[in-house]
Amino acid sequence: QTKQGERKQYVGFATLPNQVHRKSVKKGFDFTLMVAGESGMGKSTLVNSLFLTDLYKDRKLLNAEERINQTVEIIKHTVDIEEKGVKLKLTIVDTPGFGDAVNNNECWKPITDYIDQQFEQYFRDESGLNRKNIQDNRVHCCLYFIPPFGHGLRPVDVEFMKALHEKVNIIPLIAKADCLTPNEIKKLKDRIREEIDKFGIKVYQFPECDSDEDEEFKQLDKELKECTPFAVIGSNTVVEARGQRVRGRLYPWGIVEGMHTRIFHVCSALFMENQSHCDFVKLRNMLIRSHMHDLKDVTCDVHYENYRAQCIQEMTSKLAQDNRMESPIPILPLSTPDVDTEKLIKMKDEELKRMQEMLNKMQQQMHDKEQ
Amino acid sequence: FHALECERFSICNEEKRNLSLGGHVGFDSLPEQLVSKSVTQGFCFNILCVGETGIGKSTLMNTLFNTMFENEEASHYQNGVYLRPRTYDLQETNVRLKLTIVDTVGFGDQINKEDSYKPIVDYIDTQFENYLQEELKIKRSLFNYHDTRIHICLYFIAPTGHSLKSLDLVTMKKLDSKVNIIPIIAKADTISKSELHKFKIKIMSELVSNGVQIYQFPTDDETVSEINASMNAHLPFAVVGSVEEVKVGNKAVRARQYPWGVVQVENESHCDFVKLREMLIRVNMEDLREQTHARHYELYRRCKLEEMGFKDTDPDSEPFSLQETYEAKRKEFLGDLQRKEEEMRQMFVNKVKETEAELKDKERELHEKFEQLKRMHQEEKKKVEDKRGYLEEEMNAFNKRKAAAETLSLSQPVKKDKDKKNRSVNMENQSGVSASSSKVMMAKANVEPLNCQSWWQAIQCCTCLVHNATWRPGGLF
Repeated sequence: QTKQGERKQYVGFATLPNQVHRKSVKKGFDFTLMVAGESGMGKSTLVNSLFLTDLYKDRKLLNAEERINQTVEIIKHTVDIEEKGVKLKLTIVDTPGFGDAVNNNECWKPITDYIDQQFEQYFRDESGLNRKNIQDNRVHCCLYFIPPFGHGLRPVDVEFMKALHEKVNIIPLIAKADCLTPNEIKKLKDRIREEIDKFGIKVYQFPECDSDEDEEFKQLDKELKECTPFAVIGSNTVVEARGQRVRGRLYPWGIVEGMHTRIFHVCSALFMENQSHCDFVKLRNMLIRSHMHDLKDVTCDVHYENYRAQCIQEMTSKLAQDNRMESPIPILPLSTPDVDTEKLIKMKDEELKRMQEMLNKMQQQMHDKEQ
Repeated sequence: FHALECERFSICNEEKRNLSLGGHVGFDSLPEQLVSKSVTQGFCFNILCVGETGIGKSTLMNTLFNTMFENEEASHYQNGVYLRPRTYDLQETNVRLKLTIVDTVGFGDQINKEDSYKPIVDYIDTQFENYLQEELKIKRSLFNYHDTRIHICLYFIAPTGHSLKSLDLVTMKKLDSKVNIIPIIAKADTISKSELHKFKIKIMSELVSNGVQIYQFPTDDETVSEINASMNAHLPFAVVGSVEEVKVGNKAVRARQYPWGVVQVENESHCDFVKLREMLIRVNMEDLREQTHARHYELYRRCKLEEMGFKDTDPDSEPFSLQETYEAKRKEFLGDLQRKEEEMRQMFVNKVKETEAELKDKERELHEKFEQLKRMHQEEKKKVEDKRGYLEEEMNAFNKRKAAAETLSLSQPVKKDKDKKNRSVNMENQSGVSASSSKVMMAKANVEPLNCQSWWQAIQCCTCLVHNATWRPGGLF
């Protein structure tokens, strides 16, 4: 910790990051990931591949007629995983049934309701008196699977993303990308990016690089941003290729090496490009290794704050209509409606003061006259 | 607020399973991600130094942070205690620290120290209040809010060698539920080793027996539990501060030079400075911040909200919608407010009546006085009128007499005039009547034409004529 020659100058608060590190490891982390998209897009497979585990044992797949009037369900799976002493409580929120019915009007409503409900719960907990053990169930990220078979975004895709883009971080993915050649992938990505702009959809933006990062990192960051939306392939099968066991998909025409990885550095958020046939590794690195915390921060600082502000405004506008009220949740009074009331009160106060002064003066005068 | 239809979604909340991973996923970088974010944001830390004037607070801060924070010596003659916060931006390698040092100026100087603790408690509460206000705002930005809450209170105990002072006990008792306290023995170079040992024991036992809760270095994290536990046993830290350097051996170290030796600040056998620095800055700074936020601030917040009338929700109760709570509270408070409004209105009406009655009384009084004054004035006027009448009568009488005298003088023989002429020079009176003075006066008046405009003037003229008359007893010359 002490450097030679600077020994006298060293105070020691440079250890603060280490202290923070130590405490965070002790406390553990949590993360909630939502996956959305039609059945058969490879959502479950992708989640298993991302976390190298099997979350979906024994699940039941519905057949077509069972899905005609399918309503969207919300299913949560929570697991505790640990790696190198770091504990993570991971929650995957599944949305089976989305887009499966014949009439999919507002099929995203249960999803938005769910997200809102988590916000509301957190808001209530945060406003309570005893805040020792608040559980954070807010959704930090939503992976949205776009089918690769079309020419870009479909109406349901647009509507879904527009309904959610101000409630959760959306990361759009092109699912099952192994049916597209590299050119087709590029065309589709460009098309989707265009349409996202056109429809004003706000997907999750990677934060800008610090200006003092090195060039290599900046270059990688740039490439990452130009690669969105990620085209992914998921696989639960491990195949042997070139003497290594990799996760991949086996076709008569060769192996798509989906999960083959090379070297990774952890702490400094530097990751080497690898020989992948899809963007799976980019997605994993971004989602887990470098931006997981940022996804949480954006959820807390932006989406949740927006929800909270909206909530309070609705409540206070009701209060304002009632004109004299107490709120069930501790909030400060809205400045706009109360400004008038306050002004009124101030005016009345001043009037009273003036009258009092006049009274005093008159009393004084009479007192003087007496004398 | 959305009322959720529970059939629409089901939470298949399987018991949390511990799964084993099939490879390296990579979320072990989460602590690093968190750290990198907090380094970018910068840290802030706020220290409150409580202790008598001159006990070494500023010097210790300078020594701890190796910086000469500008401060002049404080005076002993402050009227009361006041708190002086100063903020500094420090940096070490890539870590930026916004340090605020709050000094208690005038502490311990007053003759009556009963209220000395109040400004300190108020200051701490104000910082909590500011944070609470920010937290309750609609548009809030807690992540770049400059946190001014006090993270640590260093309480400076005077090195008497005996025990705590009464002021120390009282103050610490008031502060222990609001802030992390680390008691330190200041200017410890005046105490010998054996005295120090006894002193520490006495202080700690007094604190314990009076239920003062000082900050305990945390022992729940295995990485640091050992060192923290051993340091807890050394409290209170006996410190010596110095920014001057003395050459010891071939090094220049921070020390205090006495004729009988050199007290080295960073020598652990001389004082506990190094222990304090280690605990306060290098090991537990983050824990102090956390405790302030999670314990002291939460306590303040809970009390404040309870004061404002919010009750805690029963943990077993059904999750009710905010809508219903709102309606219930609404009814309750509407009733309350109406009642209060009535009370106030009644009070106001009464007050107005009172004041009106008072005013009426005063008016009546005034009126009476006025009448009285009027009467007096009338009386005076009458008196003056009477006098005037009297004076006029006199004047008339006088004029009559004057007329009579005139006719009298006109009927006198001439030779009297000649006699008069023979006698003297300045003789204005040609009537030559010798007689009583009044007659002379009248004669004089007869000759002199009266130029006066008013009877008042006339009287005056006569008077001055009389005055000017050169007359000797026996007659006029």
